[in-house]
Amino acid sequence: MERIPILKMGPYLLVTIQVDMHDRVAMTLQDELTARIVAEKARGVLLDISSVDVVDSFIGRMIGNIAAMSRVLDADTVVVGMRPAVAITLVELGMALPGVKTALNVDSGMALLNATSASRGGINGHPA
Amino acid sequence: MATLRDEVVALQNADDIIKARQLVRDRAVTQGFSLIDQTKLITAASELARNTLIHGGGGEMRMVTLESGARRGVRLVFVDQGPGIEDIAQAMRDGFSTGGGLGLGLGGARRLVNEFDIESSPGKGTTVTIVRWK
Repeated sequence: MERIPILKMGPYLLVTIQVDMHDRVAMTLQDELTARIVAEKARGVLLDISSVDVVDSFIGRMIGNIAAMSRVLDADTVVVGMRPAVAITLVELGMALPGVKTALNVDSGMALLNATSASRGGINGHPA
Repeated sequence: MATLRDEVVALQNADDIIKARQLVRDRAVTQGFSLIDQTKLITAASELARNTLIHGGGGEMRMVTLESGARRGVRLVFVDQGPGIEDIAQAMRDGFSTGGGLGLGLGGARRLVNEFDIESSPGKGTTVTIVRWK
């Protein structure tokens, strides 16, 4: 089974989804990502979906779950690179991903995480 | 109205959902669908294929290419012999779910296509037909 690589970038984790995501791959990603957030004391997660051409309610729910789980683990999630056709389809589907931060690309996503980290300061054992 | 190139895909496991998505994408591209129309049709197909698998206990998707004058479209029919739906109006409502999901499948799929039809009777299974025109 394919696995989605999770790369460490300084205090953040970068997940780039490049496969047509199988349900099991999505579930494995949730498990591995939460474990890595704790192991690496990550402050944020960048979820790059620029190669994803279809997000159905299952994948959308996974994205929402990842954001909620990392939030509980003191890390912020930013979904980056959503294609316009995917955005239109998700909203018509009834899934506007409330509570999920988004940015147009990895650079802006990183800037958003940096800004969020700075405003939260050095809490919970993280350096500022 | 001419219908061309009938194709049937079994929906028995999660791999089949991906296979169905890819076949629908290929057909939508062949029919000259815009990227947005492709995405809407593939997403609707993905929702309904998952319904067939999870709620219907598996079934199949039939795909037909439509040509009506200058109009080109794709019709997808999802068939299962599962438990069926007692209250279709309730099942169509956003947020109604028996499968542990968000309950966006049926209502969401309907919003993504031009034509939507559902037939179901308890104990006999469910057939959902959708059409998206170019």
